[in-house]
Amino acid sequence: MNTIFLILDILIDIIMVVLPLFLIVAYTTYSERKIIGFMQSRLGPTRVGPFGILQPIADVIKLLTKEVIIPSNASKGLFLTAPIIMLVPSLLVWSVIPLSEYFVIANINAGLLFILALTSLSVYGVILAGWASNSKYAFLGSMRSAAQIIAYEIAMGFALVGVLMAAGSLNLQEIILSQRGGIFNWYWLPLFPLFVIYLIAGVAETNRAPFDVSEGESEIVAGFHVEYSGVAFAMFFLAEYMNLILISILVSIMFFGGWLSPFEGTFFESYSQWIPGFVWLSIKTLSFIFIFLWLRATLPRYRYDQIMRLGWKIFLPITIIWIFLEGIMIYYKVEPWFVI
Amino acid sequence: MKEFKNFTMNFGPQHPAAHGVLRLVLQMEGEVIKSADPHIGLLHRATEKLAESKPYNQSIGYMDRLDYVSMMCNEHAYVLAIEKLLSIEIPERAKYIRVMFDEITRILNHLLWLGAHALDIGAMSVFLYAFREREDLMDCYEAVSGTRMHATYYRPGGVARDLPSKMPKYIKSKLKDKEQIKEQNYNREGSMLDFIDDFVSRFPSCIDEYENLLTDNRIWKQRTVGIGVVEPERAIELGFTGPMLRGSGIDWDLRKKQPYEVYDKMNFDIPVGKTGDSYDRYLVRMEELRQSNKIIQQCTQWLHNNPGPTMVDDAKVAPPSRDDMKVEMESLIHHFKLFTEGYCTPKGEVYTAVEAPKGEFGIYMISDGANKPFRLKIRAPGFPHLAALNEMCKDHMLSDVVTVIGTQDIVFGEIDR
Repeated sequence: MNTIFLILDILIDIIMVVLPLFLIVAYTTYSERKIIGFMQSRLGPTRVGPFGILQPIADVIKLLTKEVIIPSNASKGLFLTAPIIMLVPSLLVWSVIPLSEYFVIANINAGLLFILALTSLSVYGVILAGWASNSKYAFLGSMRSAAQIIAYEIAMGFALVGVLMAAGSLNLQEIILSQRGGIFNWYWLPLFPLFVIYLIAGVAETNRAPFDVSEGESEIVAGFHVEYSGVAFAMFFLAEYMNLILISILVSIMFFGGWLSPFEGTFFESYSQWIPGFVWLSIKTLSFIFIFLWLRATLPRYRYDQIMRLGWKIFLPITIIWIFLEGIMIYYKVEPWFVI
Repeated sequence: MKEFKNFTMNFGPQHPAAHGVLRLVLQMEGEVIKSADPHIGLLHRATEKLAESKPYNQSIGYMDRLDYVSMMCNEHAYVLAIEKLLSIEIPERAKYIRVMFDEITRILNHLLWLGAHALDIGAMSVFLYAFREREDLMDCYEAVSGTRMHATYYRPGGVARDLPSKMPKYIKSKLKDKEQIKEQNYNREGSMLDFIDDFVSRFPSCIDEYENLLTDNRIWKQRTVGIGVVEPERAIELGFTGPMLRGSGIDWDLRKKQPYEVYDKMNFDIPVGKTGDSYDRYLVRMEELRQSNKIIQQCTQWLHNNPGPTMVDDAKVAPPSRDDMKVEMESLIHHFKLFTEGYCTPKGEVYTAVEAPKGEFGIYMISDGANKPFRLKIRAPGFPHLAALNEMCKDHMLSDVVTVIGTQDIVFGEIDR
């Protein structure tokens, strides 16, 4: 009897995360089109519903009702598996994300490692999609993506090692808790270079501008998913935006104190006590999503060898040096971050 | 032994960066381009042949459709050729109007180039900013000729009509209330020249806006500096003209070297590059935007103060006024003759060239004394540029092909003709 309740409980938890997540993804696309629209002195979607608010719904219906075209020379099995391989890890990661002080589906001890492992898995989806399509453009896209991910995973991993050293734990709740004590206790300050690198690597990881070489619109048309349509394409799309939200939420958890209130230890603390931690996490996450959108409207695209140069020759040395400096800071127990 | 071959890729004709219908067959080693072979002809419309079968005036419209982003400059070369054959001198005011619209056209073209080039490299906002300004200039086209693109405004002997004394306004619609409409119409209260004056006064700040996004942007520089370098000597050998030539550091501009119309009275500078890479060509074109703005300013000043005829007073070339046509027999005959048969030019051959935004746009025309050209040859600036594509792309990467196509400012209307 107990196990059934446990399973039901977990199922409810999963639904509580996944359903809103799909909705948020839908409205991230909407806000992306609106925000970039306003940045470019146009209006974005206005037709479906008031202010185009139902546009994402219309998009979903369109994508669901479209035919999934399978190119005749494609490897059919792999072609259809690739979007699933892409989508599943980006859904799975959400199981370890602490959304507030009380809510996390699986509070596992190796949370950070789990995230690193799963986010890296999505590249297999990209490579398989490009390879199975049997199209030259898709092939180039997946090649680029593979090279790019390798260049970035390492810098990203090192940035996370910095967080791990500072918090002394891989558990995400504990990472958040170790940042207690107001804005200046959060890790963005002592780990500033790592924070910047993690943010940039995150953009690269999610294949978004200015690092969108694997789908570079004007070069290789749509890159690895050029042959996909309908639901299969929707899955890539979903995965991309879920990763975008995920990276934003991870940055806020690891460098900006997750669900911690920014007013801790200040005059406003007693007044802002009633605000649930989830709200703070959302505000932080949304600001990072906004930064991602802003980047897309502003910056030109890197060439893919330049991205690799950036990853290997600039980010990697910086992270290593900073981890070394951090070690020294930890050794001398620099206040207020490294008092354990 | 397995034989290893280069990767062959078809780039276009349906490709977002192919600028129309460029088909490029790329031989690649991984991402590195070993050779790029442009295939042209997908937009061939036989303009040269069509012009042989029509009275002179009826081909003006075809010229617009050659390089469809620098419409009036193409017309200009064509009407100049006819005028040279007929040896007619056009009124001063028409010359100023032509120069003004040539420069408006240059801004139109460079704005589209800038937007498309930036979009190709991945910066998408510039494209929409550029189109915001293009909209105003398109309105000028519309106000003066009735169409936004293919104006057919220049005529042998002058221009089709004088500048309008008022600018068309926006009217109230379902989406905009009275206040918003008033705001939109703030610069449309006066004549068209006032509208242009307003544009000219705010355009430099718009250029600053584009430059803010690109000129010092590290990514932009990484993507353009050292890409598609053409040495000055090689640029001359390849027959480059316009910003492509000036980007390589050669000071050559027909507006200065063989001034036509009233360019010799204008005060402007010719920007030249240093290294001949894509970034230099970008800088050259940005400076040309500013210089064009300066020329337009000088033209509007003169045009404000000097009203006058805009068409020669020669009934064999210029159509009579509508009023005269209704009451005078002779005018009616002239009208009929002009619009059916046209006019005959003396025997001979001429070559006229204008500095179109993309380079030297030339018309070589042979007349056998009939009312249509015996042969018309169009010298399109984009053609030699495209021919150099292979040289410019070699050993660059696939992404750089896109940069090079962008920097060449290719439009297929003129290349395929």
